[in-house]
Amino acid sequence: MTDQTPASAPHKRTIDAVNASLKRRRAKERRFRRLGAAAVALGLLFVALLFADIVGKGHTAFQQTYIKLPVVLERAQIDPEGSGSAEVIARANYLGIIRAALRAHFPEVTARRDKRALYQMVSVGAPQLLRDRVLADPALIGTTAEVWLLADDDIDMVVKGQIDRTLPESKRRVKDQTLGWIERLESEGRITKRFNTIFFTNGTSREPELAGIAGALAGSFYTLALTLLLSFPIGVGAAIYLEEFAPKNRWTDLIEVNINNLAAVPSIVFGLLGLAVFIGIFGVPRSTPLVAALVLTLMTLPTIIISSRAALKSVPPSIREAALGVGASSLQTQFHHVLPLALPGMLTGAIIGMAQALGETAPLLMIGMIAFIVDVPAGFTDPATVLPVQIFLWADSPERAFVERTSAAIMVLLAFLILMNLAAVLLRRRFERRW
Amino acid sequence: MQDWILLLVLLAVMTAAYHLGRRRAVSGVGGPSQVHRLHSLPAYYGLYAALWAGLPALLLLALWTGLQDQLVLMLLQAQLPREMTAGLSEGRLGLLVNDIKNLASGAMVSTEVSPELQAAAAQYARLDRLGRWSMWVAVLALALGCGWIAWGRARPRFKARNQVETMVMAVMVIFSSIAILTTLGIVLSVLFESLRFFSMVSPLEFFFGTLWSPQTALRADQVGASGAFGAVPLFTGTLMVSAIAMLVAVPIGLLSAIYLSEYAPRRLRAVAKPVLEVLAGIPTVVYGFFAALTVAPFIRELGQSVGLDVASESALAAGLVMGVMIIPFVSSLSEDVINAVPQSLRDGSYALGATESETIKRVIIPAALPGIVGGVLLAVSRAIGETMIVVMAAGLAANLTANPLDSVTTVTVQIVTLLTGDQEFDSAKTLAAFALGLTLFAVTLVLNVLALHIVRKYREQYD
Repeated sequence: MTDQTPASAPHKRTIDAVNASLKRRRAKERRFRRLGAAAVALGLLFVALLFADIVGKGHTAFQQTYIKLPVVLERAQIDPEGSGSAEVIARANYLGIIRAALRAHFPEVTARRDKRALYQMVSVGAPQLLRDRVLADPALIGTTAEVWLLADDDIDMVVKGQIDRTLPESKRRVKDQTLGWIERLESEGRITKRFNTIFFTNGTSREPELAGIAGALAGSFYTLALTLLLSFPIGVGAAIYLEEFAPKNRWTDLIEVNINNLAAVPSIVFGLLGLAVFIGIFGVPRSTPLVAALVLTLMTLPTIIISSRAALKSVPPSIREAALGVGASSLQTQFHHVLPLALPGMLTGAIIGMAQALGETAPLLMIGMIAFIVDVPAGFTDPATVLPVQIFLWADSPERAFVERTSAAIMVLLAFLILMNLAAVLLRRRFERRW
Repeated sequence: MQDWILLLVLLAVMTAAYHLGRRRAVSGVGGPSQVHRLHSLPAYYGLYAALWAGLPALLLLALWTGLQDQLVLMLLQAQLPREMTAGLSEGRLGLLVNDIKNLASGAMVSTEVSPELQAAAAQYARLDRLGRWSMWVAVLALALGCGWIAWGRARPRFKARNQVETMVMAVMVIFSSIAILTTLGIVLSVLFESLRFFSMVSPLEFFFGTLWSPQTALRADQVGASGAFGAVPLFTGTLMVSAIAMLVAVPIGLLSAIYLSEYAPRRLRAVAKPVLEVLAGIPTVVYGFFAALTVAPFIRELGQSVGLDVASESALAAGLVMGVMIIPFVSSLSEDVINAVPQSLRDGSYALGATESETIKRVIIPAALPGIVGGVLLAVSRAIGETMIVVMAAGLAANLTANPLDSVTTVTVQIVTLLTGDQEFDSAKTLAAFALGLTLFAVTLVLNVLALHIVRKYREQYD
């Protein structure tokens, strides 16, 4: 139709126009394809960057610097009456003992201010660790033991190379004098890095070298356990009713639209709900795994309901018809025949919902999980914090040493998430059935 | 921990009720050989008894534990000697009650322990103990009573299965209405507090005012005591961060969806798709940390090297990282709709001699456009509601600016800052958070409804 050229110009055929444009079109095709590949590559690059950044910042936190000093554990100072009772030993002045050991090792330090700087090389938690050591092994009393003392976080940072020793003194957190002491200790082989058990056994602390994730892990565990306990039965029950029994009417349509919407409501709004309803009206204690679990249950329910319904949908109707045909009641059909077949899919959904709950932070800030809690919680109604909130709090701390600890906590969190998602994938692979 | 023991005891009662009910039904027809004469399978008689023994008692237990503390405190306050409570404000009274509770449980107390306080603590402990014991008695009595009645009904002609199924059905109906209740709870709680806020601050000022400074003074005579609640800077800040995020996420997400579904060899697809989806599974607090400690300083240094002044908490850093977070969201939604475009449309285009990219641009994208738009709207709603990244990487200062290198604040950041300090429920400062929450909820709800509607309409088109 467009070919209106008169016969007098036979060289202007369509095929020529097509051939002429072909090169340009192929170049365009290549450009577009490269653009797509670049987008994918960029996405993959972001993943790589994120992980490299976190691991690069965090891997050093799994080691901790210790200083070895000969510590004089005089009987007169620790247990003057030789009673051997733990109470007496526990009350001794270990801070003084450690300071004496430092003074003895650096006898040239005499000025008051210098001494203070010297004392600060050892963590404020070191006396307690020494006490525990002596309590565990009372035979040490009366001897001079070579003891590995927990170093302060600044010393830790210098030893790990995260504070640049070549910077001018005014720009460095650690002064030249302390640096000299560190170098002397290093040359004497009195400084070492050991696996950081404190990070896994302690609750949080204001001192980076004493801060650990045990409290947050326990809080996350209690919260998640309770969330699963509440949301899985409720989600599965709701899914079975909505998918199999609910009449198709306005009301169930409303519920359906509602569930889809709830899945997309910003999580922080659930925090507002928890604050106003659970804490404000029902008086559930603030900052506890209990109230966190209630909020997270409401948040994960839509995910679990939606995936459970999908799992129910994938069970072929012939199973139901067969069960009904041999005389099972409709509920027996569901619980004895359909549910066992749909269970792997439902569990997969539940695991994904739990992974989502494990990483959730924003709504928990609203309900007081942000409080500074040193103790490891021991129950559902103890004040607690959870791992992502702990990460948020540490990320806010100014100390340099908290950066690596935050990254390490993120690594632990990501490890859990990867494990959970892996479990979901394996579950799906293992039990997925095509009908 | 006492409540947990009670829960265990209750479980034991339920187990016992199950066995007793079952045994009564079986022996009622003359032993296990005669069970075919029962109306239902024997287990249903047991379940019937167990459910009746358990459910009402559990309900009572939940209610009691929820209300006991408040009741005890009310009784305690009524019984406090007049001279202790005289002239105390509500907050002071709360502190006093807290002290009494702490003293009773042996924790630290903030004030000196006077004999009156000691007496009040003893009284509290007595009331608390009384409450707990009466709870045990009431719950167990209810469990045993209901269980006994249900056990009594376990006769051969009794339709136990139908009864149990009715109960299970009722429980499932209640479960499925929890979703509705949640929405209702959100709307009511947020709306109620917002109305209180709007009775203090006019909605006009809130939605159109350009000054946001929610600090209310402790004393009435302080400077700037009133606080200003003009939320426009928050809205523009939210929009700017979301816009930056969408500028990153939509092109990358859409293009990678197209590449993965139309071009990529199967091997690459099998690796790249799950890896990209990892981005969706990373907690937002991790993105926040990444934005605040890696991306923001990087952008700052980059800006300084070309002579630009970049705030250390810039909208750009938060927006970029948020965009990365949303990439998999956009790409998986777009891939779904691209795959839903019928093969016949592609084949028709190829038959006319179009190249692959021409087919994609002229046929597939227009055909998939409604679905893609729906997906992008869902992504926008997610960007607006995202909290942790902006809390950690965007600032707190409510600047009304169009410069992405400046620090801005967002609605979600302000909700978090207003609600994570000391709170009192009736100050305008706290209530403002609920008004912001209501705005956020309304906007995201509209976006979601719209998006889901578009996506559903689109799906029907090709089904």
